[in-house]
Order: sequence, then C-alpha cells, then structure tokens
Amino acid sequence: MVDSAPPAYESSEADRLPAHDHEIYNRIARESDFAELRARYRRFAFPATIAFMVWYVAYVICNNWARGFMDTKVIGHINIAVVFGLLQFASTFLIAILYARHARKSLDPLATKLKDEFDQETER
Amino acid sequence: MSTALLVPLATGNRWLTIGLFVVVVAITLYITFWASRQTKTAADYYAGGRSFSGLQNGLAVSGDYMSAASFLGISGSIALYGYDGFLYSIGFLVAWLVALLLVAELLRNSGRYTMADQLAYRMRQTPVRGAAATSTIVVSIFYLLAQMVGAGSLVGLLLGVSNPTLKNLVIVAVGVLMIIYVTFGGMKGTTWVQIVKAVLLIAGTVLITVLVLIKFGFNLSELLGTAATKSGKGEAFLQPGQLYGKDLVGKFDFLSLGLALVLGTAGLPHILIRFYTTPTAQAARKSVLWAIGLIGGFYLMTLVLGFGAASLVPTGKGSQIQTSAGNAASPLLAQAVGGGEGTLGGAILLALISAVAFATILAVVAGLTLTSASSVAHDLYANVIRKGRVTERNELRVVRIAAFVIGAIAIALAIPAQRLNIAFLVALAFAVAASANLPALLFNLFWRRFNTLGAVCSIYGGLIAAVVLVIFSPVVSGTATSLFPNAGFAWFPLRNPGLISIPFGFLCGIVGTLLSRDTSSAARYDELSVRALTGAGAERAVAH
Repeated sequence: MVDSAPPAYESSEADRLPAHDHEIYNRIARESDFAELRARYRRFAFPATIAFMVWYVAYVICNNWARGFMDTKVIGHINIAVVFGLLQFASTFLIAILYARHARKSLDPLATKLKDEFDQETER
Repeated sequence: MSTALLVPLATGNRWLTIGLFVVVVAITLYITFWASRQTKTAADYYAGGRSFSGLQNGLAVSGDYMSAASFLGISGSIALYGYDGFLYSIGFLVAWLVALLLVAELLRNSGRYTMADQLAYRMRQTPVRGAAATSTIVVSIFYLLAQMVGAGSLVGLLLGVSNPTLKNLVIVAVGVLMIIYVTFGGMKGTTWVQIVKAVLLIAGTVLITVLVLIKFGFNLSELLGTAATKSGKGEAFLQPGQLYGKDLVGKFDFLSLGLALVLGTAGLPHILIRFYTTPTAQAARKSVLWAIGLIGGFYLMTLVLGFGAASLVPTGKGSQIQTSAGNAASPLLAQAVGGGEGTLGGAILLALISAVAFATILAVVAGLTLTSASSVAHDLYANVIRKGRVTERNELRVVRIAAFVIGAIAIALAIPAQRLNIAFLVALAFAVAASANLPALLFNLFWRRFNTLGAVCSIYGGLIAAVVLVIFSPVVSGTATSLFPNAGFAWFPLRNPGLISIPFGFLCGIVGTLLSRDTSSAARYDELSVRALTGAGAERAVAH
C-alpha cells in the first residue's frame, strides 16, 4: 500500500467509502463463494467472447477473401453468403440465450447470497 | 446517408405527413412535461430514478440505438447494393454480445451516472474523469452532428422541402425540441420518448415487412430473385462485393469497419448510461437481452425492406432512391405496398413511415444530448472543477444549462456540417468508442494492475489515433468524394481507422499502466470486482 495519502480529490471514488465497507469488500473477495462466482462468470464470458469474435471475423474475412465459396448457391437464389449472414444472427441469439440461462442458474444465486451478506453487515 | 440536395418525395400527401409529425411532437412534449414533474433528485435526472424494468429499458436501448441511419440507411443500402448493404447490420447486432457478456451488468453495479464513474471508482478521479468526459463528448458530438445533419436532409425529403433555408430551419427545430426534452425531461423523459419511438418503429417495420412478404408468398428465395433481376445486376446483387472490398485496400477497409462496428457499441457512452436506469444488474441484463431480440428482429426485417424496395420500387439511375443515396427506399416501399403513388393507402403508409423516421431522429438526438450534458455536469463540473464539493441542486442546475449549451452548439455546428458525409461521422464515433472507451472499460474490469496512467493513456491514445488517422485518410482529402477534394495529405489509405486505432488504444493502456508505479488502483481491484459481480453497495433505485 502507498503510505502517504494522496491529496483529497486526487483519490478514487472508493476512498470516500467508510473504512468498514472496505473491510467487508475485501473479506468477501477472499471467500470461496466469491472465487467460485468469478470463476463461473469468466468460464462462460471469456470463451464465449473469443468464440463469437472468431466466428464474426471469419465471416468478414470470407466476404473479402472467399468470394467463390460465398457465392455458392444453397437453395433457389439463397447462397452461402446470405446463409452465413443469417447464421450470425442465429449465433448471436443463441449465445445470448445460453448466457441468460447460465447467469440465472449459476451466477445469480451466488451473487445474491454475497450481496445479502454485505447488506447485513453494513446494515443498509 | 448523403447530404446532397435531395429530390422531395411525392408531395400530394404533405399535409398528412405534417399532421403526423405534429402528433409525434405533441406526444413527446406531453411525455417531457409529465417527466419533468417526476424529476426531483440527481438520480431521477441522470438515471431516471433507476426504476425502468428490463423490457422498458430494452425498448429504450433499442430506441437509442436504431438511428435514422440504420432505419433508412441500411434498407436503402440494401436496395442499392444488395447483399453488401446487409453487412453493417450484422456488425451492429453481434456487437451487443460484447455489451451483454462483458460490460452491461458489471457497469450497472459499479457506476452511478456516467461512463467515467466506473473508472473513477479505483482511479484518481480528476485525470480519468477529464479523459473519459473528453471522449464521451467527442463521440456524442460526432454522433449528434450525424443525426442532425441527417435530420435536415430527411425531414426535407419526407416533407418535400428542398429549399436550403427551410432545411436549416428543420435543423433548428429538431435542436430546439431536443433541448426541451433533455433540459425538462431528463433521463425519464428521454427514456419514454425512446420507448415510444421503439414501439412505433417496430410496429411500422413489421407492418411493411408483412405487406412485402405477402406479395412474395413468404418466399425469401423469390424475393431475392426478383430483387436481383430488377436491380439489373443479376446474381451479383446477392453476392459480396457490390459496395465493399473491391480492391486490396478496400478489403482491409472493410475489415477495419467490421472491427469498429463490433467493438464500438459497448463503448458508446449514450448506450452505456442506459444501463444505469434499471434497479439491478439482472434488470440490466434483461434489457440487453430484449435489445438483442428487438434489434436483431429489426435488422432481419430491414433485409426484407431493402430487397423489397429493390424489387418493387425503381432503383436505377435518376430514380428517387438513387438520388437520395438510399434514404427514400423505406418510405417509397411503404407507398408501393400501400397501393402505389396516388392511392389513399399509399399516401397513409408513406406518411406513417415518415413520421416513424422523424420520431427516430428525435429520440436519438435527445439521448446523445443528455449523455454529453451529464458528463459535463457530473464529471467536469461536479468532480473535476468543484472536486465533489457541490450540492445536488447546484449540479442539477448545471446539467440543465449544459444541455442547453450543448444543444445550441450542436445546432450551430450542424448547419455548416451539412457538407459532411454522415456515414463518415457515425463511423468515426464508433471508431473512437472502440479505440478509446472500450480498452479502458475492459482493463478496469478485468486487469488488476491497470491504473490511472493506463486509463488516461488508453483513452487519449485511442481517441487521438482514431481522429488523426481519419484526418489523414481519403475521407478528408485526396479523392473526389473527400471533404477537401483539392488537397492531398491522405497518407493513411483506410477510410476507417479501427484496424490500427483499436489495437493502439489497448496498447497505450498496457504501456501507460506498466510505466506507472501507482499501486493504489490495484489495491482497490478486489473491491471493484466484488461490487461489479455481486452488486454489493451498488446504487439503488429511487423510491417514490
């Protein structure tokens, strides 16, 4: 920690909280439930972000550099380019639904428990 | 959209259109009056009392996001360029996953009124609020100018006015309305204006889409085939390459645009502050889910509108769609599916879609003005200048003055800015949001070591890189369509700076962080994480 306190407003918003709140935040941060919450959140959010970014960039690259492939007809006048574009919509909806389910089942109960703990101890 | 002088649409139904415009203005002014009586505290003004449900905020987010550029611009682009016109909307939609997975809930829990709040939680406030306010104002002003310049052309087009003086008057009128909404209605009024607009926009789009699909027996392939034939370009109309990526530079330009679109949304300040209007992070999540559903559904329908216009309305050289750079496609399509020019059905649908476009403009400009005014009052005035020693009453007075001044500046800039290309202004706003705001937000949430110098460097670094690269790009000089066609200082080949400026923003954040030995921000990282992930100590809804 920095020992000499910085001039009043050169500090962060957090520095305005009462010392008691800092203790509780830091204690919750060390709890296994919090470690579990953070791990569950990251285990979904990070791979999903990488996946949809790769999938989207692949689509952009195919539009640029795989035109022959994109022009291939699938049914009637519908070609792979149109299908690939519509699949971007489908994958966006799918990831959103999967995340909503994951958050509701795996994140919200833990988050609520930890928040209640904080509220009780700060008597808010 | 283009700012060229537009050929007015059929003028026979002008009075019907004006009548509907007056109805839109009356409804929104009533909402503003009602909201002003409900707005008492700072949380009411800045965050609508944090009392909007997930669905309400989802509608408002959609209303804030789907600008006239996307309503008229994308369908028009599809009508003219076929498949390539569709590409914008995919980037615009996929971008919401960044907001959903990485930003919305965590920001809701760790901030208060502005984008800067979330950084200020663990950084030294004065420098990061100064930086974040600068980029907020730059992004919002570019976006605002784009909308207002568009408003001048569009209302001119929709009302059948091509006189430049009248167009300036339209810009002034839109500006005055937006100042009234924001100064009196605050976030509550703005949110309800956006909700009403979103409902009107979606209802209008569903109606026209269904009418088009009925004509083609709900057969997508037949719709595409007719559009391809009528366009005169055949199957090429349904394939990539009509608009983007014609040569190697063009291909990299398209890649750059794609990145800016997908990474810019989650850094747009007017979108970010919408998440503060919900009571909890769960409601913020629900609002993004609704927004993804509504925006995704809307863009799928613009596909039908665009190809429908290509099939049912003339798009060749000299046609109204061609001379309006595509903006007239949706209104003319509405007229065509309503029965055609000169019929009552056609006139009613044309007036209806024009009124929806007008409501769209009003809702988006109000959101942008509110965002800039909030940042000026809350970040610059209350925290940078007054160092937090300010009463709520005083801050509320300043935010209203700021809204008035920003509105006046926007009007003054929009009139000469009519020469600027609107797509350029929007693309620049997205590029700055992705290069300056997103790196700081993500590093703050996910990198313990990140500190004040890192935040300041990433924001200014990304902002300066994006703006400088655009100044030296073919958008500003060197080609016939440039801002200064006769000058030639375009050493940067790409029109969109994202490919370089986004990684540069992230890099500046890393270098700045590592150069500073400040560890006080790292010491507060656990607190921020607990707050962001659990909502412990987060701002609560205002009880009325």
